[in-house]
Amino acid sequence: MAELYTVSDLHLSLPDMTRKPLLGAAPRLEILKGLSFTIPSGEILGIVGGSGSGKSTLGRALIRLLEPTAGSISFAGLDITHLPESRLRPLRCRFQMIFQDPMSSLNPRQQVAQIIAGPLGVQGLDHSPARIADALDQVGLPRSFAQRYPHELSGGQRQRIGIARAIALKPEFILADEIVSGLDVSSQAQILNLLAGLVKDLGMTLAFISHDLSVIRRLCTRVLVLQHGRIVENAATEQVFNYPQAEYTRELLGSIPLPDPDQAWL
Amino acid sequence: MGDGRIQVRRSAGARLWLSAGWLLFVTLIAIFAPWAAPKDPLAQDLFSGRLPPFWVQGADKTFILGTDSLGRDVLSRIIFGARIALAVALIAGTLTCLIGATLGLLAGFLRGWVDVVISRLIDIWMAFPPVLFSVLLIAVLGPGLFSIILAIVVIDWTRFARVIRAEAMGQGAMDYVAAAQVAGRSRLGTMLVEILPNVLPTIVVLLTLEMGIAVIVEAILSFVNLSISTDDPTWGGMIAEGRTSVHQAWWVLVFPLVTLFLTVLAFSQLGEGLKDRFDPVLR
Amino acid sequence: MSFLSIRNLSVQLKGGQRLLRSVSLDVQPGEVRGLVGESGAGKSMIGKAILGTLPQAVEVVSGEIWLDGVDLLTLPPRPRRRRIGALAALIPQDPLTALNPSRRVGPQITGRLIDILGWKRPEAEARARELLAEVQIDVVERVLRCYPHELSGGMRQRILIASAFAAEPKLIIADEPTTALDVTVQKQILRLIAGMQAHHNTALLFVTHDLGVVSKVCQTLTVLYGGLVVEEATVRGFFNAPQHAYSRALLAATPKYTDPDASLLPVPDAVVQALEAQVAAADRAWHG
Ligand SMILES: Nc1ncnc2c1ncn2[C@@H]1O[C@H](COP(=O)(O)OP(=O)(O)OP(=O)(O)O)[C@@H](O)[C@H]1O
Ligand SMILES: Nc1ncnc2c1ncn2[C@@H]1O[C@H](COP(=O)(O)OP(=O)(O)OP(=O)(O)O)[C@@H](O)[C@H]1O
Ligand SMILES: [Mg+2]
Ligand SMILES: [Mg+2]
Repeated sequence: MAELYTVSDLHLSLPDMTRKPLLGAAPRLEILKGLSFTIPSGEILGIVGGSGSGKSTLGRALIRLLEPTAGSISFAGLDITHLPESRLRPLRCRFQMIFQDPMSSLNPRQQVAQIIAGPLGVQGLDHSPARIADALDQVGLPRSFAQRYPHELSGGQRQRIGIARAIALKPEFILADEIVSGLDVSSQAQILNLLAGLVKDLGMTLAFISHDLSVIRRLCTRVLVLQHGRIVENAATEQVFNYPQAEYTRELLGSIPLPDPDQAWL
Repeated sequence: MGDGRIQVRRSAGARLWLSAGWLLFVTLIAIFAPWAAPKDPLAQDLFSGRLPPFWVQGADKTFILGTDSLGRDVLSRIIFGARIALAVALIAGTLTCLIGATLGLLAGFLRGWVDVVISRLIDIWMAFPPVLFSVLLIAVLGPGLFSIILAIVVIDWTRFARVIRAEAMGQGAMDYVAAAQVAGRSRLGTMLVEILPNVLPTIVVLLTLEMGIAVIVEAILSFVNLSISTDDPTWGGMIAEGRTSVHQAWWVLVFPLVTLFLTVLAFSQLGEGLKDRFDPVLR
Repeated sequence: MSFLSIRNLSVQLKGGQRLLRSVSLDVQPGEVRGLVGESGAGKSMIGKAILGTLPQAVEVVSGEIWLDGVDLLTLPPRPRRRRIGALAALIPQDPLTALNPSRRVGPQITGRLIDILGWKRPEAEARARELLAEVQIDVVERVLRCYPHELSGGMRQRILIASAFAAEPKLIIADEPTTALDVTVQKQILRLIAGMQAHHNTALLFVTHDLGVVSKVCQTLTVLYGGLVVEEATVRGFFNAPQHAYSRALLAATPKYTDPDASLLPVPDAVVQALEAQVAAADRAWHG
């Protein structure tokens, strides 16, 4: 299998505005501290790790919303580490992101139809009402939602609008940042089946950030465990769950709340 | 049910209709001033000086709101004064808004050196005391409608620029802007399609507020005799004249003052009213 | 007497469509009641109705909300807000919109303590530090000075948990409070909740989709579908012998950690149709 993404020794730091002196530049806060891994095409990579360990930041670097400070990222054989926005734009429709925070990732003053149609229009794809209705069907929302504003939806419904917007573009790669935690288990099952289907039928590649280890185990082929901006484990899913190498991974696996009132846990 | 929200909404509607109604009324009267005014606003008649309004003893019923010390009809002067007040409000308000909001939007959204340049400019600009600035400007240009408008624009664009810059910056940190970038939308497109609709409610509120301020500034400048030539009726000029004779003829002061007050109030309420009524997020 | 008691609460869009259909539920002091159900079922709406923060387009049409012996819906707005502010706190579902984007996080946590409860500033700040440490934030000083967008999703969520806990309210409405937290931090938070429940007799209404979490912290459970309560049970009862077909379908749709290859089954169409019929019947009874 060809590698879709090759990441080597990725470093990323952001300015720490809380310690910015009155004059001069802010000191930098190192968030990703040298990550190397690959994502073969057609694979579903699970990314897990502590809250604040840098998963979303890594995601934003992969789709080049953030520019790495050192190291390199190549996508489909192309070095995109420092590509300027103008050169990235033609590539944009090939990799997409579904954001962690559903409310802030939807424009509050656009209706759902506009939100989904926007990227399709920019890319010159079909964005007729029928296409929008189709996209809503896919994520299990009623078509009448096309005329709603984001604040008129529930949390899980908003999240599914974000999912619909990204998959409507039929990209080669999707980074899904914590997209099922706000869904009820039935919608979650539907979305997971949908994603698995896209991977199988369209050969899409997926990076799936989640805290729900049962979902990761169900969906992913490989798992990356992050802690404080470093990779502590990177192996095939069953390997990670059956023979965890890192101390941190063991701690995570030991903290899973199983849906069983008899499990002693707290 | 013990729930205050429905009442709040009703009064928000009333606010919009009352303020819009008053402004529409003033605008119509200003446009059709030659027909709406009962008398010639400039016609002096020293024999009918300081006549009281129609309901007071000794009034001449044809001078509905009385006359000033030169015998000019107060109502007609207020009506003609509305022309200048509204012209200044609309032109100065719109220009200030266009310049200030555009610069603010660019600085807040593009950041980088654009922001540095515009922010510096705002800081330097605001270091000048505004009244001194305007008096100086008019002293150089000479009084007149054009100088008043210019003075207002020159002083007040920074208010728009500062507020809109902060607002655009806040919106720029939201993920929907990142989502637009991921979708491949250009910077300019993102600014116009994604950010602008989200700062528009603020712009509208500021714009109507600015129009009210323009009316006041025009009145103040007329009051200190820096505006239009003294013969032309202006609300500020009338207030200045009325002040000197308030003990003999209160109506010369009170009627233009009330009109001015209502118009400024209506402008400030109009913005909030429009926002309550048309902003989808508040509905 | 229950601390929170909702009786036959109906809430509708101003156009007429009902979003909550005669919902009744109780939370005793020291009890954690789970609230689960389909996305869009109206779980957040219940929380908003209690706190009096329903959106403008939505109104309460009937029912009672008793909080500590007083029906909130009969109170005028101001005393009602004061009562709620003193007794209850919300952990909102949407952290980023609940925080003011242009203010630093620190003052946002202490603000409530200072303004509403009249604490002194140093006291409030010390409490904020202590709470952030308790919710497992290890860079407390930096976080206090950050703007919300400079934090990770889970950090924002923990900020809101900390501010809800700060004043030790008697009732906490937690709307999916741990969705952005990794399992180890989640465990600490749930421990904290269990501690508050034990020491302060706090009542909790816990909205979540995670049945694993439900089984660990809740004692009782309400299942909602389309604004209708379809099952009320003790947690043990729910997991061992779910009564409603929808509850059974929910359990079946949960990914099994121990059996990863089991295929995920969304709620079957037959069950959905039966549920829709139940909702329609409730509406007929309501209008009839
Ligand atoms: N714009 C920013 N400026 C400064 N620091 C930031 C910024 N964005 C994120 N950080 C910091 O980077 C670190 C990692 O954040 P990130 O959002 O990647 O975490 P995460 O792994 O996604 O966590 P979570 O699971 O809680 O969402 C955090 O400590 C956060 O405070
Ligand atoms: N302002 C509004 N106008 C119209 N419909 C609304 C509005 N706000 C919410 N709704 C609808 O009310 C229903 C209940 O929403 P609520 O937020 O309570 O769902 P929820 O149970 O919390 O779901 P989730 O688990 O996805 O957060 C949803 O179907 C939603 O679409
Ligand atoms: Mg994150
Ligand atoms: Mg909700």
